[in-house]
Amino acid sequence: MADAPRIGVYVCHCGANISATVDVAAVAADAESLPNVVAARHYTYMCSDAGLALVQADIRELGLNRVVVAACSPHLHEPTFRRALASAGLNPHLLQMANIREQDAWIHTDRESATRKACDLVRAAVHRVALHTPLDIRKAAVRPDVLVIGGGIAGMHAALTVANAGKHVYLVEREFSIGGQMARYDKTFPTLDCSLCIQAPKMTAVRTHENITLWTGSEVEEVYGHVGDYRARIRRRARYVDENLCVGCLQCVDACCYDGDLIPDAFNMGLSGRKPIYLPFAHAVPTVVAVDPGSCLNFTRGGCDRPCTDVCGRDALDFDQTPWVEEIEVGSIVVATGFEPFDARKATEYGYGIYPNVYTSMEVERLINASGPTAGEVILRDGTRPQAIGVIYCVGSRDERYNPWCSRVCCMTALKLSHLLCERTGAEVYNFYIDMRAAGKGQEEFYQRVLNDGVQFVRGKVAEVCDWALDPSEEGKLVIRVEDTMTGYVRRVPVDMVVLTVGMSPRSDSDELRRTLNVGCSGDGFYRERHAKLAPVGTLTDGIFIAGCCQGPKDISDSVSQAGSAAAEAIALSVKGSYDLDPITARVVAESCSGCRVCMPLCPFGAIGYAEPGGKCEINAALCTGCGACVAGCPSGAIRQGMFDDAQVFAELSGLLLGAGSGSSGSASGRVPPAVSLQPSAEATGSALR
Amino acid sequence: MTGSSAPANGTKPKQYSYYPGCAIKGTGIAYEESLLEVYRLLGVAWQELTDWSCCGAQAYMTVDAGQSCMLSARNLRIAYQSGSHDIVAPCSACYLALRKCKDYVERYPRMREVVGDFMPASDLQAIANVRVRHALDMLYVDIGPSAFRARATRPWPGGKVACYYGCQAVRPYSEVDRDGNPMRMDELLEAVGVPVAQWPLKTKCCGSSHTGTLHEVGVRMGYLLLKEAVRRGAEAVITICPLCQFNLDVYQKDMTRSTGESFDIPILFLPQALGWALGADHRALGLHRGISGAETLRRWFAGPREGASDG
Repeated sequence: MADAPRIGVYVCHCGANISATVDVAAVAADAESLPNVVAARHYTYMCSDAGLALVQADIRELGLNRVVVAACSPHLHEPTFRRALASAGLNPHLLQMANIREQDAWIHTDRESATRKACDLVRAAVHRVALHTPLDIRKAAVRPDVLVIGGGIAGMHAALTVANAGKHVYLVEREFSIGGQMARYDKTFPTLDCSLCIQAPKMTAVRTHENITLWTGSEVEEVYGHVGDYRARIRRRARYVDENLCVGCLQCVDACCYDGDLIPDAFNMGLSGRKPIYLPFAHAVPTVVAVDPGSCLNFTRGGCDRPCTDVCGRDALDFDQTPWVEEIEVGSIVVATGFEPFDARKATEYGYGIYPNVYTSMEVERLINASGPTAGEVILRDGTRPQAIGVIYCVGSRDERYNPWCSRVCCMTALKLSHLLCERTGAEVYNFYIDMRAAGKGQEEFYQRVLNDGVQFVRGKVAEVCDWALDPSEEGKLVIRVEDTMTGYVRRVPVDMVVLTVGMSPRSDSDELRRTLNVGCSGDGFYRERHAKLAPVGTLTDGIFIAGCCQGPKDISDSVSQAGSAAAEAIALSVKGSYDLDPITARVVAESCSGCRVCMPLCPFGAIGYAEPGGKCEINAALCTGCGACVAGCPSGAIRQGMFDDAQVFAELSGLLLGAGSGSSGSASGRVPPAVSLQPSAEATGSALR
Repeated sequence: MTGSSAPANGTKPKQYSYYPGCAIKGTGIAYEESLLEVYRLLGVAWQELTDWSCCGAQAYMTVDAGQSCMLSARNLRIAYQSGSHDIVAPCSACYLALRKCKDYVERYPRMREVVGDFMPASDLQAIANVRVRHALDMLYVDIGPSAFRARATRPWPGGKVACYYGCQAVRPYSEVDRDGNPMRMDELLEAVGVPVAQWPLKTKCCGSSHTGTLHEVGVRMGYLLLKEAVRRGAEAVITICPLCQFNLDVYQKDMTRSTGESFDIPILFLPQALGWALGADHRALGLHRGISGAETLRRWFAGPREGASDG
């Protein structure tokens, strides 16, 4: 770059997102006086076609050779502006973004200080961009295969979509059957389709698809690499049964010498028992039994007569099986690990785990399911049939003590269960809700239908479920105490059965997988999408996509839509076959390298090699992620990194600090003092007395 | 008043600031007698807060939170200056008033201004170092069920009891115990062999000041508690708050009169039962002071013939 820098500065209003807090005209005016700046402009939407055209026209007409855009986070629109530079004939890396939205306008309230800060950030970018050099984007190949983690409805749909596009999929599921939570449901709202009838064909399709390798009882142990070239280690648990031989005839289960079905059946939420050798559930895929080493006498007592082995005509049992690891190479990964139902024991006021006839909605799904523990008969834990049922909404949702978020599906789940309970038991069904959230196609209509079923609706948050009687009508009943906000009374409603509509929580071990994959999470613990609207299934790690409830609570329809979208992203990468390597990777300046090899153990990605003949280190650009560890670690300063040359970084810093002393205090105080509210809340204790 | 026992190993034991509050010195005197007796038997060192004043609880808080907090801040400052930074309040209302004061001063700038008019800023900061403890919290956390189990020498002579926590000890702070189905009192009593009834009304209202203002409403609250306790086989109710104890103990005749159901069951304080297990004398525990259930108390604790009139 022999030419002197000619810099254009473009300050974005972002509608009013930035301009409401930052005086954008002042920032542009300030930029005009900076060295090498030829033009400085501000515009409502710099990322729009018109905004980009402004930049491109200046490049052509004013002969700009450097551009600074002061707008949002580079995560959002750096690619957009880089493309604009490229199409105007400028190398895309002659751009520098100043983030005056997320790091300025959105977090400050004082206009004057925020404007000063924006000027500082722009000045830093102008100083830096003057030293930018053109960099070449190189392309790397993308492995065509895709890894899908989680075999629930979202994971299955993503796997099938990718497989149907002709790409190979590894589908890894932790349980011994695919199907996920949806396999437990009886019917789905708002159409009352049989859940299994929707899902079973999909499960079979996954198992039989020529492009899908299905590994159940398996977990992702380790993932390394980067977009286009991920390597994953999949740990496969021993099921002590040869998957290729077992046909699921269940003779071994009948023959098992373990006395009684005493082990709580996790699929039935513990409402029934199973033997140590079991089929995960009636319609499990693959239809292959598994042995639970925690209870099988062969493991716990060091041996039994093994009648299971004797009775198996296919010699499928293999008690010598040990866990093993599969290593695979894929181009992208779809994460669809789902949710965990809220643990109702935490909300002690509702008596779950204290009163036997208090159930969670997940338990009721099994209880009313034709293939459930009671074959669909609603028989309570104490053997009775309920005459009156109370359905409590928002258990563990919209509650600052537990999960502050709305779990989105529970209103409809509660309505669906109310309808089914009404239909199957003839009982009086009471619903206790805070707000009815029946948003979505056909959902309000379903609410109206349940209203017409004769289900009773009480609007109010339930205070407690208890078993003490105020009068004889309550003897032997569970009493729901609730403030009925429609009438203004505190009511006591005696029922035989309580259904707690539990919300969705992130999986308790979701952080482990998150760290393995280098994926972020939001404050609630669900995996964070790259951008809620622009990249709703992407993550900040390229080539890793998220779908279904691991990203946040959603119903089956939305999970499937999102899974399709994640699959499309994976297919796009796979079909394109290559991706652009961001030239921020490090390289060794051979003449400065002393061959000390200090850098090699510093590299977390094993990207640095040592060439014996020359005695120098070398960096494999395809493995390098541009983390900078070696650059900082090299004692000879022999490692340079694209876009992060010492000179560029120091220029940026001095640009920033040039504003010091000009009054920028940096303490934009936007803190609003909390309101002093000392009035005790009025407790309606007297109204319980009628 | 102070109390301590000779330290066994020569080290200085932790000393607590003991804040009795008004009820403990009056209607709830048995609470103080039994708590301090338990402390004596266990060698807990304590020192009564010098020149303590009203905590500012209950009605005062609703009329003027600022002035109420000033009163509590004063007591907290005395505790800080005494050097014993754990202030133990047996009364739930005192506990809550002190705890609220600390919380409000920390959280609300306006409250810092109000209380700051009355004490220097350095004192206001100092009270942040005082730890507000309810007697139950102190007995459960600092001593603990296993220590009580190890020290228990006398079997429980009576029947099942219902553990009544009341509202203020567990709400809104839930530091003494969790607000839904608290269990610490149950655990302490079971540790010393007292059978505990399953009773879901542990934190339901005792009637509070209603017994004085809307008498029938207040008494009915207490009636609901006792009726259900009796129905579940409890022969006594154990409390940790002098107001709860008073409301349940004093108005049993009124309950009988208004409902036709006969009530005469003892309402005790937690340390009375714990102290009995530790082998304390029944009089030292104030077990002669109850109004209701005198016959039961005599039968259980087999003391010499003493009337309830002594309290």
